Order: sequence, then structure tokens, then C-alpha cells
Amino acid sequence: MTQWTAVCELNDIAPDTGVCALVQGQQVAIFRQARTDRLFAIGNFDPVGKANVLSRGLLAQLGEAITVASPLYKQHYCLRSGTCLENGQLRVPVYAVRVTAGQVEVAAA
Amino acid sequence: MSPVNPVDNTAPETSSRTRIVVVGNGMVGHQFIDSLLASDNAHRFELITFSEESRVAYDRMHLTEYFQTRSAEPLAMTTLEKYQAQGVTLYLGDKVVGIDRDAKTVTSATGKTIGYDKLVLATGSYPFVPPIEGNDRDNCFVYRTIEDLEAITAAADNGAKVGTVVGGGLLGLEAAKAIKDLGLEAHVVEFAPRLMAVQVDEGGGALLKDKITDLGVGVHLSKATSRIVAGDSCLHKMEFADGEALETDLVIFSAGIRPQDELARSSGLDVGERGGIVINNECQTSDKSIYAIGECALWNGRIFGLVAPGYTMAKVAASHLAGGEQCLTFDGADMSTKLKLMGVDVASIGDAHGVTPGARVYTYFNQPDEVYKKLVVSEDGKLLLGAVLVGDAADYGTLLQYMLNQIQLPEFPEGLILPHRGDDAQTGLGVAALPDTAQICSCHDVSKGVIRDAVAGGCCSVGDVKGHTKAGTGCGGCVPLLTNLVNHELEALGVAVSKDICEHFPHTRQELYHLIRVGKIKTYAEMLEKHGKGHGCEICKPAIGSILASCWNDYVLKDEHIGLQDTNDIFLGNMQKDGTYSIVPRIAGGEITPDKLIVLGEVAKEFDLYTKITGGQRVDLFGAQLHQLPQIWRKLVDAGFETGHAYGKSVRTVKSCVGSTWCRFGVDDSVGLAIDIENRYKGLRAPHKLKFAVSGCTRECAEAQSKDFGVIATENGWNLYICGNGGMKPRHADLFATDLDRETLIRYIDRLLMFYIRTADRLQRTSVWMDNLEGGLDYLKQVIIEDSLGISDELEAEMDLNVGNYQCEWATTLASPEKLKRFSHFINADDTDDNLAFVKERDQIRPARDDEKANLIAKAS
Ligand code: SRM
Ligand SMILES: Cc1cc2nc3c(=O)[nH]c(=O)nc-3n(C[C@H](O)[C@H](O)[C@H](O)COP(=O)(O)OP(=O)(O)OC[C@H]3O[C@@H](n4cnc5c(N)ncnc54)[C@H](O)[C@@H]3O)c2cc1C
Ligand code: SF4
Ligand code: FES
Repeated sequence: MTQWTAVCELNDIAPDTGVCALVQGQQVAIFRQARTDRLFAIGNFDPVGKANVLSRGLLAQLGEAITVASPLYKQHYCLRSGTCLENGQLRVPVYAVRVTAGQVEVAAA
Repeated sequence: MSPVNPVDNTAPETSSRTRIVVVGNGMVGHQFIDSLLASDNAHRFELITFSEESRVAYDRMHLTEYFQTRSAEPLAMTTLEKYQAQGVTLYLGDKVVGIDRDAKTVTSATGKTIGYDKLVLATGSYPFVPPIEGNDRDNCFVYRTIEDLEAITAAADNGAKVGTVVGGGLLGLEAAKAIKDLGLEAHVVEFAPRLMAVQVDEGGGALLKDKITDLGVGVHLSKATSRIVAGDSCLHKMEFADGEALETDLVIFSAGIRPQDELARSSGLDVGERGGIVINNECQTSDKSIYAIGECALWNGRIFGLVAPGYTMAKVAASHLAGGEQCLTFDGADMSTKLKLMGVDVASIGDAHGVTPGARVYTYFNQPDEVYKKLVVSEDGKLLLGAVLVGDAADYGTLLQYMLNQIQLPEFPEGLILPHRGDDAQTGLGVAALPDTAQICSCHDVSKGVIRDAVAGGCCSVGDVKGHTKAGTGCGGCVPLLTNLVNHELEALGVAVSKDICEHFPHTRQELYHLIRVGKIKTYAEMLEKHGKGHGCEICKPAIGSILASCWNDYVLKDEHIGLQDTNDIFLGNMQKDGTYSIVPRIAGGEITPDKLIVLGEVAKEFDLYTKITGGQRVDLFGAQLHQLPQIWRKLVDAGFETGHAYGKSVRTVKSCVGSTWCRFGVDDSVGLAIDIENRYKGLRAPHKLKFAVSGCTRECAEAQSKDFGVIATENGWNLYICGNGGMKPRHADLFATDLDRETLIRYIDRLLMFYIRTADRLQRTSVWMDNLEGGLDYLKQVIIEDSLGISDELEAEMDLNVGNYQCEWATTLASPEKLKRFSHFINADDTDDNLAFVKERDQIRPARDDEKANLIAKAS
């Protein structure tokens, strides 16, 4: 069964920005899209820059893809699939995320 | 080495294909293969090529770039795979050692014997090493191949401290610069009494020497090296005929090139008295089945040591072999050159020495600005025969066109080299005036007509045209002219070039600025709704964030702006490679009290931050984690510091020299002015970062002429220089106005800044903005000084509003508990990032490397 962990209030995430949560020992980057209030969650580790920074990147739409641009070297990671747009070999984990009664919850196995 | 495509070692089969063997896979050999493959009859040929070097053709012209990248890859002109796909057989690392003209075969060093129907010699040339005693000692090099550069790099890495180039020609100076860039003390030794003796005349040579010397390269003229022996303080000692000597650790011989004609000699082909394989206008040698092209070929008694003539020969030989309708001929080549040597522009056109009978000369020599220009015109004064430009080669393109196309000179030709002052009409030759036959790119012999056709055929950017015609992809000297021409052609066709900033906004940055200003738009959301679509991206968000800040100077971390801020702005610090931040408090003008200096030290000590003096006269503290940023800034703000905006596209530093307060030469208070300037413009957001400097006299210790805005004190006030740049592409600032009083100076800067913010592209520094501004400096003077657009008051009011709205972003952030919440690594835990690890070096921390980290983290857990 999916195990949901509450991490913060929706209001703790300013629109169009991300935060990082510690869920079962893993660093999860959670983003809030401004226009839709949709949430996305992916791993926080940047495989190119080799640092835990993805939550601090800018949200960017490229064509159909909703991505975050790494704050270090600007590669884009698709928030739905975790794939790196510049290098298909690279992929970061993707997590389920939802809002329940104003609380942001993440499912990390 | 094994061949890329297997072939038999016998004479060609009696198939219908003609077998062509190309000896040498250098720049010209490759161009020949390319041209032949591009011909309509390509299928009729079988191509085999030998290369003595171990790699496929590479761009020798840009060899020096190897020092920056330390990789041969970017220089490659093709790949093994590509040759294979094209059916070209390539033997790498295999030198052709003999030709049997009767049997029509070539033999290689590894023992291959291959038959040919036609043979093309593209063996290039080799560096001439003067026959002096000791020229074979260790660390004596030439400068021709990637291997040579690898060997030079290795010598530098192995501790060589001084490097000397023998030969002060074009290549020698390039090698000297490379030595300098490798961190060595550099010298040039030249036999002749001046540098670049072939291209420039005495006047130009003298100025060039001064400039090169100023750059820290020792120039030794009229020096004949008699021998190289063991040195006392260095590896070698070079002894000169005049009894003097020079100690050096490495030597690079760059004393000219000699055609590689060994094969031709041994097989009895005609060669010139001083070397070179004799060819006719079709590039055939004395044996009609054998062609010679490139630097090994001698045409009309001349060797051509540049790539452009070689390319032309390659095309001529290919067209002659392929037959077809247009059979080209080689009839000489223009040897004009323009280059930037260690940041000094040098150009030589046509008959630079004025040897044509009856030739007449105009010279312009400006010693203070270090500019030398010379025109050589025909006896009747109607045609340009040659020119020399040193220190400022901006007119190269125009002058070259006058010469190549025999365009009639203006009535007073000297106007072409005299500086344009005041209201003088511009004498530049517009691209519209050029005939279609005008050669725009000499490296690839591309004419104006070909470029026009490319544009008419659908190319809609300079990049497209480059890809299509190759124009501009050689030495790059023609790119400004090419760009002008392409834009002119596009405009003539009524093509609107897409300058949209990104997929979300169909506007240029300039248009976005106007929409925001005129529509009084205050947020990104509103902007997206009214003028854009989608969710935005990392291009439009920071760009619009910056414009909003330039216009209204709102707190950048407000909820409606926070999502727009780039990596660094969003946490008001510069992110480092490991995800930690640096802290750069403002130290206006570089002036700081001892007490404040102590505070910096104390804070750095308390938080164990790596501490460094920056290149901008302030102190940078590195290695702060997110949660520490507010704690650190609290202490700094309490001690009276403000944010230094090191993270923003905004005003960085105003560098100052100590000025008249202390310095015995200072004529005005440079520190005082620097502090005032910094305080006036701090926090101002702009398309890119902005740097200033103020010097107290013309000795220029603050390096104002390399800044976006530079101010230098004079006896009568302040001189304002604008649009300088250090960084990747340095640009000397232009003198904008002289002897200004303080108030006028500030008003000019106000206007210039706001005009730049209005009109520049995103991430365009003032230097690039100026270079792209139609009308250039003169236009800018009209707008700012003469107020030709009637917007001065507006610009000043906009600046006043900005200055009035200044706030220290860190002080504002510290006052808001809501905002501070974001400054922790985890939103839901107090833990810190377990991937961070530091080690000590020279008594301070630095991020651990991957190998070190594995150990450290394993130990900790
Ligand atoms: C800290 C400092 C180096 C130092 O240890 O001395 C530095 C550090 C950085 N420089 Fe610089 N530059 C520093 C002085 C300079 C100077 C010298 C100067 O200002 O006198 C130059 C050349 C002058 C000029 O800008 O014209 C300089 C030319 C650049 C450039 C190239 C700009 C260009 O137009 O070519 C970049 C890249 C960019 O901006 O795109 C750059 C970018 C950077 C960045 C922001 C790179 C990055 O994204 O991480 C570095 C981060 C700063 C940080 O983490 O705090 N830095 N940088 C200097 C900070 C000065 C200060 O007090 O604010
Ligand atoms: C550092 C540097 C900077 C330069 N800058 C410029 C510039 O700015 N503008 C400009 O126009 N020119 C410049 N040049 C000159 C330009 O590089 C040459 O004009 C051009 O490379 C000549 O081409 P090529 O094919 O004739 O000779 P190369 O490029 O020398 O090619 C000849 C090839 O043939 C091989 N070869 C020789 N003999 C044999 C054999 N028997 N069997 C097999 N292979 C053989 C050689 O090893 C070599 O690889 C520069 C040169 C150098 C070294
Ligand atoms: S620039 Fe002039 S005033 Fe300033 S330190 Fe140098 S010599 Fe002195
Ligand atoms: S003239 Fe050298 S690239 Fe065009």
C-alpha cells in the first residue's frame, strides 16, 4: 500500500517555487505550479552537478514538458517522468504527491 | 594503422571509377575531398587518402585553441565515420614515401603500394628550424600540429617558467601569446628590425612592438640567435650574434614555413628553386596526372601560406578532375589578413609596403591612443592598393572591399582612416554599395551574390548562412560584414526575423520592457495573462523579473516575484558547486573600516567560511549552508553591512583607486566619487551585471577603461568612458564625454543606464549592446548628450524613482519570519544536507572532491 508522508502546508511553498523535504531518508524536491496549483515531486539530487539542489531550480515549461532547470548547470528535468531533456540517459526519481486538507503529502517507498 | 575501408593493394581495376589518391589529409586535402564529393560526378571517383598525422583533418588555423580546451575534438573538420559513410578510404599515421610515376603507384611507410589514376599532393609545409647549434636540445619545439602543442603543454606542466619564440611573424606572436596564457614569462626574438615584417611597415611595426611589450611579452628585435647552450637560471641560454643572451626554459621555432615537396623531388616533378611543387592554373604539376594544392604548391613563383588560397586550389583541382561545366582556374590569391594578437588589432591589405610603381601613401598615427593606419593608393588616387592597420582594424572590411572590387575611392581618401568626429558624415562603405561579385569571406571565397542567394533561398539568420555557404567559419574576420549583409538582405526581403524571447512571449526584451512600463504591469502573472501563454520558463521569468525590478524596484522576494528569480537571486547568494552559498557584502568603492573588516573576520571564523578577496575589491565568504544564510546576514546587517548583489544582474562593484586624498599624482577624489556612484546605483536591476570604476588620474590604477562605466579624473573634471568589458571578450571602453562636472557626470550615467535597460537584450552586457547599437557611439551621444529623442527627463525621472525605492534585500528578508522559513535545507526537518563535506586546505575549508567525499562520508556514518 502506498504510504503517504505529510511534509508541510501547501502555503509553505510559494507559487512557482520548490522546497526540499526529507521523506524516509530521501531528499524529495516538491514544486508548486503557479497557474494550476499543481504539485510535482522528484529527487533532489542533481546527477550532473552531483549536489542536492534541484528544489532550488526554476520551473520551466518547454513545449509540452513541465520541467525544472537545474540551478547549477541548467539541464532540464521533466517533472512527470524525471528524464533529463538534454541527456536521455539521465533520470531522477519521481514521487507521487498530493494535498490533503491543506497538507502536502509525498509517497516515497 | 588499419584502413577504414579495406582495399586491395593492386593497381586499379579496370572499373569505370577513377581512383584518386590524396597524399596529406590536412585542411586543403580535406577541402579537396569535400569539393570532389560535392560535384555532380562524385560517383565516378574512388577516393583514398593518406595522412602522416594520427588524426583526421583538423582546423590548424585554430590550433592555439587547443590550449584552452586541451582537446583535439573541437578542431576536427570531419570524422572517421563520416569519411567511411562517404566511401573515402583513409590511412592514418601512414606516410607516403615514394611515387612510381610510370607504374602509377604510391608506396607508404608501412609498406602499402596503391595504384592511382590521378594523384593529388596536399602535403602542406613544415616549420623551418634555423640551423643553429643547440636547436635539438630538450624543450625545443615547433608550432604546427596538435602533437607539438601537447609537447609544449607538457613542458609547461613540468615546470618551465620562461618561454621564447624565435620569429616575430604572425604565427610567432600567436605562439608567444600561447606561452603567456600557459603562465610562462614570454619572449619573442626576431631577426628583422620589426615584428610582422611581411605584413606591416615600419610605423606599424614600431607601434606593434610597444603594444606587445605593454602586454608583458619581451620583444627582442634585430637579434640573430647564434647558438643555444645550457643556461644558468633556466634550462637554456640563447646567445645572440651581438653578444647578448637570453635565458629560457623552452624555445619555439616559428621562423617561417617550407613547402613539403620531398615526394615531388624524389619522383622528379618540377620544383622551385627555393622549394614548392610547380603547378599551372589548373593546379597540375609537371606530370599531368599529378596535382599539387595548398601550402606545398608553387604557383607563378609564389607559395601561399594561408588557408584561403589553398581552398581555392582544392576547388580548382576538384573541378578540373570532375569535369562538368564550370571548370575553375587558379589565378593567384589575395593575402590580406586581419587578426587580433593578444588583444591588438592588426590588419594588412594588399600592397602594404607600397611597392607598386607610383603608389602614394597616407598615414595616420595617433600615439596617445596607439593607433596606426596607412593607405596605399594608386598614382591617380582613384584606387586603393593596400593598407596597414594597427591598434584599430575596424575599417578592415570596408578597405578590403575597396581594394578587391576596385571601387573608386572618395575624393579625399584620407577620410577613410581619419577618426570620425562630431558631425562628420560616416565614410563607411554600406553593404548595399558592394557589387554582387564582392568577396565577403576570403577564407571560403564566398561572394556577396552567393550570400544574397542563400538568404533568398530561405536562410534567415547569420547562423543559417554560415551553415549553408561556410562564409564566416574560417578565421571569422568577415563575420561583422557578413552579419550586416545578412540583416540588410533580410530587411530588403521584408523578412521579420524572429527575435521572440521564448515560446511564451512573442516579443523581444525591448518590447516586453515597453509593455510593462506603458501598461504599468506589476507582476509576472499579469504579464503572462495579457501578453503571453503557458507557464513560462527559465528564460522569460528572470528576464521579466529583471524588467519589473528595473521599472518598479519592488522587493524581489515578494510572493508574486519569488518564482521569477534565478538560482542566485532566490536565496540572495551565489550558489557554489556543492549547493552551498557565498556571501558578498557591499564594500562601496572598496573602502572599509578596520572595525568592519574585523566583523567580517569574526563572522567568517564563527561559521568556518572560506574567505577570499575578490577581483572586485571586496571580500567573499564561501561555504554557507542555506540555514546559515540568515544567521550570518543578521550579524552583518547589525554591523552596518548591506547586501552586495553579487547574485543579481545588477550593479556589482565600483572599483576605485586611492586618488588625490593620498596619492601624490591624484587630481581628484576618486574614492569619494566611487562610493557615491555605488550608493546611487546599488540594487539597480539591469539586463546584465554592471561594473564601474573611478581612477584619480590618467595612470588609471582602477582600470576604468575595462568597465561598463569608467570615470577618470582630469585637471578639468571627469572623463566618462562607457561600454568596456573584461571577461571572455574584453572590450576597451569608448570615451563618451570629457571634463564633466560631477552633476553632469551623474546625469549622463543616469540616462545611459536607463537607456541601456530600455533597449538591450536579455543578458547583453553594455559592450555587446554598444557593438550592436545602430549608429554606435555617435548615436548614443546624440541621445544622451543632445537629447535627440527628447527622453532625457524621462530617463532621469525613472532613475530617481529607482534610487528612491532602494532597499537592502537582506535587511527586508531578515525582518520577515515568513520569508526566513525558506532558508533551511528541508521544509520538514532541521537536518542538514548529508552530501556536503569539506576538507582543509591552506588553513581554510574547501568542498571535498568526489574521491575524498566517499571516505569522509563513509567515516562519518
Ligand atoms: C568572486 C569573483 C572571483 C574572485 O574570487 O575574485 C567572481 C566570481 C564569479 N564570477 Fe566573475 N567574479 C569576480 C570578478 C570578476 C571580474 C573582475 C572585476 O569585476 O573587476 C570579471 C571581469 C570583468 C568584467 O566583468 O567585465 C568577471 C567576469 C565574469 C564573467 C564574464 C563576463 C563577461 O561579460 O564576459 C562571468 C560570467 C557571466 O557573467 O556570464 C562571471 C561570473 C562569475 C560567477 C557568478 C560564476 C557563477 O555563476 O558561479 C562567479 C560567482 C561569484 C560568487 O560565487 O560569489 N564573472 N568576474 C569576483 C567577484 C567580484 C565581486 O566582488 O563582486
Ligand atoms: C598555428 C597556426 C595558425 C594559423 N593561422 C592561420 C590563419 O589565421 N589564417 C590562415 O589563412 N592560415 C593560417 N594558418 C595556416 C594554415 O593552417 C595553412 O595554410 C593550412 O593548414 C594549409 O593546409 P594544407 O592542407 O596545405 O597543409 P596542412 O594543413 O599542413 O596539411 C598537410 C598534411 O599532409 C601531411 N603530409 C605531409 N606529407 C605527407 C606524406 N608524404 N604522406 C602523408 N601525409 C603527409 C601532413 O602531416 C599534414 O597533416 C595557420 C597555421 C598554423 C600552424
Ligand atoms: S590612478 Fe592616479 S591617483 Fe589613482 S592611485 Fe594611480 S596614480 Fe594615484
Ligand atoms: S574571411 Fe575568414 S572566415 Fe570569412
